[in-house]
Amino acid sequence: MATRTETSLDLDAVIADPARRIIVCCGSGGVGKTTTAAALAVRAAEQGRRVVVLTIDPARRLAQSLGLGELDNTPRPVAGLDTSQGGSLDAMMLDMKRTFDEVVEAHASPEKAAQILTNPFYIAVSSSFAGTQEYMAMEKLGQLRAQIGDGSRDWDLIIVDTPPSRSALDFLDAPKRLGSFLDGRFIRLLMAPAKVGGRASLRVFGAGVSLASGIMTRLLGGEMLRDMQTFVAAMDTMFGGFRQRADQTYALLADPETAFLVVAAPERDAMREAGFFIERLASEQMPLAGLLVNRVRVTAAKQLSAGRAEDAADRLEALGGHTLAVSLLRVHAQAAEDAARHRAIITRFGTSHPGVPVGTVPAHPVDIHDLTGLRDIGEALAGRS
Amino acid sequence: MYDAVVLDGPPTGRIGRFLAVNEEVSEVARIGPIHNQAESITRVLQSPATLVHVVTLLEEMPVQETKDAIAELGRLSLRVGSVIANGVRQPLVADEHAAAVADEAPEVREAVGTALGAVDVKAGPAMVSGLLREGADHVLRARLQVEQRQVLAELPVPVRTLPHLADGVESGDLRLLASTLAEQGGV
Repeated sequence: MATRTETSLDLDAVIADPARRIIVCCGSGGVGKTTTAAALAVRAAEQGRRVVVLTIDPARRLAQSLGLGELDNTPRPVAGLDTSQGGSLDAMMLDMKRTFDEVVEAHASPEKAAQILTNPFYIAVSSSFAGTQEYMAMEKLGQLRAQIGDGSRDWDLIIVDTPPSRSALDFLDAPKRLGSFLDGRFIRLLMAPAKVGGRASLRVFGAGVSLASGIMTRLLGGEMLRDMQTFVAAMDTMFGGFRQRADQTYALLADPETAFLVVAAPERDAMREAGFFIERLASEQMPLAGLLVNRVRVTAAKQLSAGRAEDAADRLEALGGHTLAVSLLRVHAQAAEDAARHRAIITRFGTSHPGVPVGTVPAHPVDIHDLTGLRDIGEALAGRS
Repeated sequence: MYDAVVLDGPPTGRIGRFLAVNEEVSEVARIGPIHNQAESITRVLQSPATLVHVVTLLEEMPVQETKDAIAELGRLSLRVGSVIANGVRQPLVADEHAAAVADEAPEVREAVGTALGAVDVKAGPAMVSGLLREGADHVLRARLQVEQRQVLAELPVPVRTLPHLADGVESGDLRLLASTLAEQGGV
């Protein structure tokens, strides 16, 4: 058996630390981030923290187990928890469109907000631009943190799930990109007409370009241009705001009250993404709690190696009359090989990222979709299964 | 120039948004060359020349997402070519033993103990219990696969399966996957 060289991740210590106010679960898509975030939230709440968990795209049955029947963009209490330690859990699913609307309503006058919210260009942007989900997740995190700060909610721990994406780094980068675009010179230059001699014209890098007969009208169509103009004119009080808000929440992430839990699966791509993310955290001096490797195969019969099991199975087959035992030995050989492969991947990671605490959660035959299952995962997260 | 273009798409949950963008662009830019370009792309995507293949695992959540995606693609007038169930494992326990193994029944324990003795493998109770546990998990997983395979069979699209590759695709099994698909009638 390979010895464990990596530092062990103690998640109970992380969630028990009262100075910890935000835990972000990140990693590439499909590694079980949402389930991890939910399990961590349940455990923290049952250990006495007053938790709010922001999920992004929970599977239907997981959502139901948390009482998230509908998207309403507001945290709601989760039923069935053990509250004997004085903790609590509120849960919500991110509704990115509504979050975007909330940002608009909070920062534009009622008339301008109404104009923006019904504008076709805005409606297209608010649900389909790349990075919108990441931006709104950050925005919602900022809102939840502000509610703790101003005392309007008594949570003391926010657990954040992040959108599924091929690149784990999208969570950090996409909001700034979208923020820059929405605040950007391109949009603004297009739209801020400088009236010269009664005719709207556009100053682009010093050269005046007439809007009315310009190429933009021909490319985009007059109506779209007018939609964008209306949108931008109405948004003028918010300019600078988008990028600023993204930057503020980004700063929250570098605060010592935040911890990042990088979630991965014991596969090459997921571990590589996790590695990139961890390196990025280090360079931004964002606090890393550790790496959690999900869906790790473990054998229940460690004393028997894959080779010996295969060998015994072969000999039994030759003998005849032991089909059942042969099949279980083959099952074990496969499980032992998978377990060895996973262990090697994890060890390799530990070697190339020394000092990063690593935790593992064993693979389950079936999906987790109730509180009991989430508690089981919580036990595993804390290294106690 | 090319007979076929294969595009690796985003995760299933985002496929509708990914493919509908051109429609949205053409609604926002209502006339002009951008509108026309977006329209013509939408036309290609909605034509019989374009097929969306949905890849899934035989697990509850991926299969549910697959069903949702197929419904969504239908609403967007996009054609689904097939569903490909990836990572399918061969069941190693015969049907006649499955129930007993799933229950970790005493006769299973006996059979294993006897067999290991017959080939001189020293097996304490912990090892035997471990083997039984793994057997039960295996049967559970195999049943789940069958269940989910049946759910997929109810969909109005052909279903193909691809085997789980222990060492991933690096070992050159890409050709094996390709021929497995071809044997099943291709996509």
